[in-house]
Amino acid sequence: MLLIDCPYCGPRAEIEFAYGGEAHIARPAADVSEVEWSAFLYLRDNTKGVLAERWRHSHGCGRFFNALRDTRTDQFHAFYEIGTPRPDMGGAV
Amino acid sequence: MSGAFRLAGRGCIDTTRPVVFRFDGQMVRGYAGDTVASALLAEGRHLMGRSFKYHRPRGPVSAGSDEPNALIGVGEGGRYTPNLRATQVEIYGGMVAVSQNRAPSLRFDIGALNTLAAPLLPAGFYYKTFMWPRGFWDKVYEPLIRRAAGLGRAPTAPDPDHYALHYAHCDVLVAGGGPAGLAAALAAGQAGARVILCDENAECGGSLLTDTYSLIDGLPCGEWVVRIVAELQRLPNVQLLTRCSAFNYGPHNMVALNQRLTDHLAMPPTDMPRERIWQVRAREVVLAAGALERVLVFEGNDRPGIMLASAARTYLHRYGVACGRKAIVVTADDAAYRVALDLAEAGMKVAAIADLRPAPGGPLVEAARARGIEVLPATTIQRAHGHLRVTGAELAPVGADGTVGKGRTVSCDLVLMSGGFTPSLHLHSQARGALRFDDALGVYLPGESIERVRSAGSCRGVFALDDVLRDGVAAGLAAAGGETGPVWTVTRQDAPGTGGFAGVLPRRGPGHLALAFVDFQNDVTAKDVKLAVREGFRSIEHVKRYTTTGMATDQGKGSNVNALAIVSNVLGRRPEEIGLTTYRPPYTPVTFGAFAGHARGDQFDPLRLPPMDAWARAQGAVFEDVGLWRRARYFPRAGEDMAMAVARECRAVRAVAGIFDASTLGKIEVAGPDAAEFMNRFYVNAWTKLGVGKCRYGLVCRDSGFVYDDGVVGRIAADRFHVTTTTGGAAGVLNMMEDYLQTEWPDLDVWLTSITEQWAVIALQGPRARDILAPLVDGLDISAGAMPHMALREGTIGGVPMRLFRVSFTGELGYEINVPSSQAQAVWDRVWQAGAAFGLTPYGTEAMHVLRAEKGYLIVGQETDGTMTPGDVGCSWAVSKVKPDFIGKRALALPALNAPDRLQMVGVLTDDPRLVLEEGMQLVPAADSPMPMSAEGHVTSSYFSPALDRSIAIAMVKGGRGRMGTSLYAPSLDGPAVKVMLVDPVFYDPEGARLNG
Repeated sequence: MLLIDCPYCGPRAEIEFAYGGEAHIARPAADVSEVEWSAFLYLRDNTKGVLAERWRHSHGCGRFFNALRDTRTDQFHAFYEIGTPRPDMGGAV
Repeated sequence: MSGAFRLAGRGCIDTTRPVVFRFDGQMVRGYAGDTVASALLAEGRHLMGRSFKYHRPRGPVSAGSDEPNALIGVGEGGRYTPNLRATQVEIYGGMVAVSQNRAPSLRFDIGALNTLAAPLLPAGFYYKTFMWPRGFWDKVYEPLIRRAAGLGRAPTAPDPDHYALHYAHCDVLVAGGGPAGLAAALAAGQAGARVILCDENAECGGSLLTDTYSLIDGLPCGEWVVRIVAELQRLPNVQLLTRCSAFNYGPHNMVALNQRLTDHLAMPPTDMPRERIWQVRAREVVLAAGALERVLVFEGNDRPGIMLASAARTYLHRYGVACGRKAIVVTADDAAYRVALDLAEAGMKVAAIADLRPAPGGPLVEAARARGIEVLPATTIQRAHGHLRVTGAELAPVGADGTVGKGRTVSCDLVLMSGGFTPSLHLHSQARGALRFDDALGVYLPGESIERVRSAGSCRGVFALDDVLRDGVAAGLAAAGGETGPVWTVTRQDAPGTGGFAGVLPRRGPGHLALAFVDFQNDVTAKDVKLAVREGFRSIEHVKRYTTTGMATDQGKGSNVNALAIVSNVLGRRPEEIGLTTYRPPYTPVTFGAFAGHARGDQFDPLRLPPMDAWARAQGAVFEDVGLWRRARYFPRAGEDMAMAVARECRAVRAVAGIFDASTLGKIEVAGPDAAEFMNRFYVNAWTKLGVGKCRYGLVCRDSGFVYDDGVVGRIAADRFHVTTTTGGAAGVLNMMEDYLQTEWPDLDVWLTSITEQWAVIALQGPRARDILAPLVDGLDISAGAMPHMALREGTIGGVPMRLFRVSFTGELGYEINVPSSQAQAVWDRVWQAGAAFGLTPYGTEAMHVLRAEKGYLIVGQETDGTMTPGDVGCSWAVSKVKPDFIGKRALALPALNAPDRLQMVGVLTDDPRLVLEEGMQLVPAADSPMPMSAEGHVTSSYFSPALDRSIAIAMVKGGRGRMGTSLYAPSLDGPAVKVMLVDPVFYDPEGARLNG
């Protein structure tokens, strides 16, 4: 079970959280092309490596936040608030 | 002393406490401290089980959790547990144990004929043979395989015991209580860390419990263990768990332990759980898992009486048992010499030590020779003789070129094998630790891991006792961040073994590799592994799956390295080029009871009870589960079955009035300056113009354009909406609202609050509903003119705060009375009393479903399946045409979501008005459509309608709205296809006159 460091509550066990899928996918305006809308709905990177993803502390504060997690190892590299840019990990990851 | 093979004055058993138990119906006498295996061995009995595939007679190979052969069933009735290792099961008075996989008896087994057929049962036998003929699979092969497959038998009675789950945190978790683990735990504990030390055995000590030679600080090992355990127990920050196996290493240092609390007790306390699962989150983990001696692969190596050398030493020193009278030792490692010396010192005859190495030397070898034991260098075991017990072995010379010459047969009743020691990497590997092959030791050792974990002692290839203790201390200090730790001096010890062997022993001639076992538990032979490679399997993972080597419940503890070496030799590639199979949890089997814990029966899931649950029970309601809720399904009167009760409830609602506990409806309060804008963006409907005091049916889509949920929404104030959702969708809708509010529209000033449990909902439905309710609402004018359909009023009912919705899910004049849950029963009682004179009738969820189907109201999740648009279910009217955006808007404009042949919601009528279709029936174009036929649609709801006095159904049909009046057929398993006609889904009062009354 992962240990997730909620930016608002601190480290908590994974059972308190709900997964929210890949982060930083902007919802397009309603006038985009079919192709763009379909890409927004269905196309994801399926990253092998560090993935920016959303979590919600659903059995805690209820807040959504973002995390950088390495999908190969499950190790987290950063937790950050919704609306803030993806942290630059430099050459670290 | 009981048992002809028990040696007086030896072992740690308590000979003052005899214990009698039953094995296969026979009384066996042992002592407190014995295992089933040690007690049987003390009676000279090695035969304890039959093997899985060939039903070969088998005895214990080991003395611990790595035992592949001696699997037994223990206990009776609901407490019966199959596949336990006799080498681990501690005996108690009255225990009932049975051997497995034998018919009719352990000594004579009809299934052993499979051995004769062994040449016909090669690797991949099932894959090859049962491919053909195809038609034989269901009738012949599968029943045959099912009967033959599987170890032991599953208990059939309910388990009367209870099991616990415990979460724990610590600074340092030490897995394994041998010398390295004890040293690590003490070092970490003295450094002040919170430490948990677990060991799978009844007591800590590991290899020290059987080491009668080494001295630590001048103390015999056993005394040193007692001293260290006492020191650990004095530390308040250290927790010692015995009979507790670390079986799973999860991400982020979450390690699962399985603690067996009562299985060793004759009279367990009734309030004590039988087992406990610990979920330990450890800041640091020290793995001190030890190393396991390897078996040797030669013809007949599975005969009872052939075991690991270290096991014989354990039986001697732990249990005071001689495993035989006359032993042959076959070894490639020095450690077996110490065993031979111990055995000889205890009075057993060691006929010979066959050493695979050309020139064994050193103090242990010399000691053996000095003792008069015949040491045969460069000697292999060609084959073992005997059937139910080994009777002798042919020991043959190995030439410098590897060829094996003619040997001589030596009689014996015990063959001890030592192929060297394999570090236990299971937990390290589960922690996603890398493995590296060590050429000097010829085994894999732990490499880097991404977890906060370190290995200590023999599980990382450190074997000399003084090194092991230092390694343990170093690991404990590193894990705890300590500076200095305890220091011990090992004043006497054996030098660590050198050598070791993996693969098939050298042999003369082609021979019978079919009976040289690699994996005892799965009956995989050297021939099987070689055959797999010859047939083209190169990856060790493929060889494993094809031959099933390493896939038994022992997880390949004794077999993996030998299998790897055989593949390596056949391919002529180095072991590290071939790799090792993935270690998977659990390290040792864990019972289903332990995993289930308290989550069984009533505790399986939380139970949510609506406020009027007790009242419904008192009325004799029949209940159904709806998600976690328990809801009243119908209220039968004497002599009524479900159909009669539901029909009566439906008629009462249409004729007079019914009362229904609708409290399970999801409810969310949406409040804030931007509440209306939020609603506009979230729902497909328009909300800006909805006045305060009015309600509207709302529909939620995903951004994919598919219907997600629905419910009535009332506007309490300009900046406040009372939203209802489906019972099952409440949590999901709130989560989705939070998602968009927090991540897409942080510009909106809105608060969302779940109010599902705050507001109870009493639905009062029927033509007399207003007459019943009007006198109760404390002066509120609810006349048709003052409070029309879809109006919302706040007020009080008998002084209780109320949000009154005039809404209907029945098609009748109706109200949903929202009151605080804590006062709901009192309000319900008042309405119930007021309605008595009218004939007010309680109804349940089943009547609710029938009533809504008569009106063609959809249920999200019944008519919809996650691929239906609002248009598909006849709700295009609800979708705003003018809003610039809302969730689903862009997708609803996609051509695919507007195709004319999409499934559309229609009504369906059978020719026979008594015939009720099955929900889920497919609809096809013709009665005699040939197979395979493609469906035009399917039935989603089907009931007998009391109002229409006939059956009705709702279906989703391709282009259904354009096919009204045409026919389709519903194929049935029971008879001919049923002809149905497509009609409008609103069966009752299509004008809505009753609704607006």
